Amino acid sequence: MLTYEFMRRSLIMGIMIGIVAPSVGYFLVLRRQSVIGDTLSHVALSGAAFGMLTNSYPLLTAILFTVIASLGIEGLRIKYRHYAELSLSIILSAGVGLASILISFGNTQGVISYLFGSLSLVSFQEIILFIVLSVIIMGIIMFLYNKLFYITFDEESAFLAGIPTKRINIFFSVLVALTVAISMRIVGVLLISSLMVIPVAASLLVAKSFKSGLIYSLIFGVVSVIVGLTLSYYLNLATGGTIVLSALTILLIIIVFQSIRKTGV
Amino acid sequence: MDVHVVSMENVSFSYDKTPILENVNLYVDKGDFAGIIGLNGSAKTTLIKLMIGLLKPCEGQVKLFGESIGNFKDYHKIGYVSQNVRNFNQMFPATVEEVVGAGISARKNLISRIKGEEEHRIDEALRKVEMLDYKKQKVGNLSGGQKQRVFIARALINNPEILFMDEPLVGVDLDSQNKFYNLLDRLRKDYNIAIVMVSHDIGIISEKVNKLFCLSNGKVYDHDLTKDIDGANILKNLFGENVKFLFHKH
Repeated sequence: MLTYEFMRRSLIMGIMIGIVAPSVGYFLVLRRQSVIGDTLSHVALSGAAFGMLTNSYPLLTAILFTVIASLGIEGLRIKYRHYAELSLSIILSAGVGLASILISFGNTQGVISYLFGSLSLVSFQEIILFIVLSVIIMGIIMFLYNKLFYITFDEESAFLAGIPTKRINIFFSVLVALTVAISMRIVGVLLISSLMVIPVAASLLVAKSFKSGLIYSLIFGVVSVIVGLTLSYYLNLATGGTIVLSALTILLIIIVFQSIRKTGV
Repeated sequence: MDVHVVSMENVSFSYDKTPILENVNLYVDKGDFAGIIGLNGSAKTTLIKLMIGLLKPCEGQVKLFGESIGNFKDYHKIGYVSQNVRNFNQMFPATVEEVVGAGISARKNLISRIKGEEEHRIDEALRKVEMLDYKKQKVGNLSGGQKQRVFIARALINNPEILFMDEPLVGVDLDSQNKFYNLLDRLRKDYNIAIVMVSHDIGIISEKVNKLFCLSNGKVYDHDLTKDIDGANILKNLFGENVKFLFHKH
């Protein structure tokens, strides 16, 4: 399979997304914000549709839309302090509404490839943009790791320890938006949040520390992508779906293995 | 004369135009053990959050160590155990060492191992609360009382001069509560730490503290327990004029 140029390309991008999506997802899940991936992915779809409609670059317009939406979510969270999840529903509705109108204008035939992801349609410029952004996102997560840990664990105490929690929260929201936008091309709008959440869900069952939880999330993410890509190639299955089902299989194996160990069967 | 560790002068706080606290005046000094008591919803948490700057007063002035809360930067001088830790998720994947060290590693950028002087400080904080043996354990696997000690160790990591705690004993068994109060006694004697603690248990806390702030209907009633006090008056402030007293001899 690696004799084909597009498969080698897919594998490199897949592995990178297998690292980036669960890394960002790890902090989201532990802050009980895992639905944010779903919300932003729907906004990303409207961004991509806007790009196609205006004959501009869909990935860039998707990034622009998701970044604006992520800032909107932070703003609405302050407005609805006691019903913070409302902010996600509002932005999700806005994303779906806008996407459906933009798609109905026509000239958006390629939008299906954004719904389910399509590695074979990824252009060279997109690969370069993808690699650059992935490296930046991972670099920032490594740089802010200690602060993100404290905020995730107890935001009020983190603030009292002198961490600029508001600024870091906004910054992190932008990182989530970028991750969603760049992952959209590969696993598709409908499955992005799965890759941000399922490897993390599996890691929480085996992690003994915060750091090991992050490492397990990355390992499960990368393994899901490699297994998913290989199976989709040989069995001619949809790539995004196979990657997500591979991640689910890992989660299931861990749950079954732990149940057997507990009951001593 | 020494400056007050905490001072609140004519402080009022409203939420969505509803007055929550009105004209609060109180002081906490070095070595004090101050209790905050009141019925559910009497703004005990609001009061402690105003003291440490997590909430801003609508009127009046809050000072920490003589510095207006808006300009206060020496946060290493205060330790805080919030109510949030009570809702600590069992599955949260963090070790005792990671949680206690959060206060010092958060100042550093980049993912790195805890070692050298930092590790020594973590060990020291854990030794103070007698939890050193649990350093590598997952916090989610500890009992309620043990978790509480870990969170206090985290608050002690920067050797604070005052420790704020918001209902630290909810869900903690009686034996652990006694150990907890012994620990606070030790911290005050050995390290001269002032303590401000929110509690719903007026019985125990009034035996332990030297200052009591009773909250009722947005007012704070300040009692100095080192002087003779009128216990019936405290209860009337809390529960209203029609309170009846039942004295049990067992």
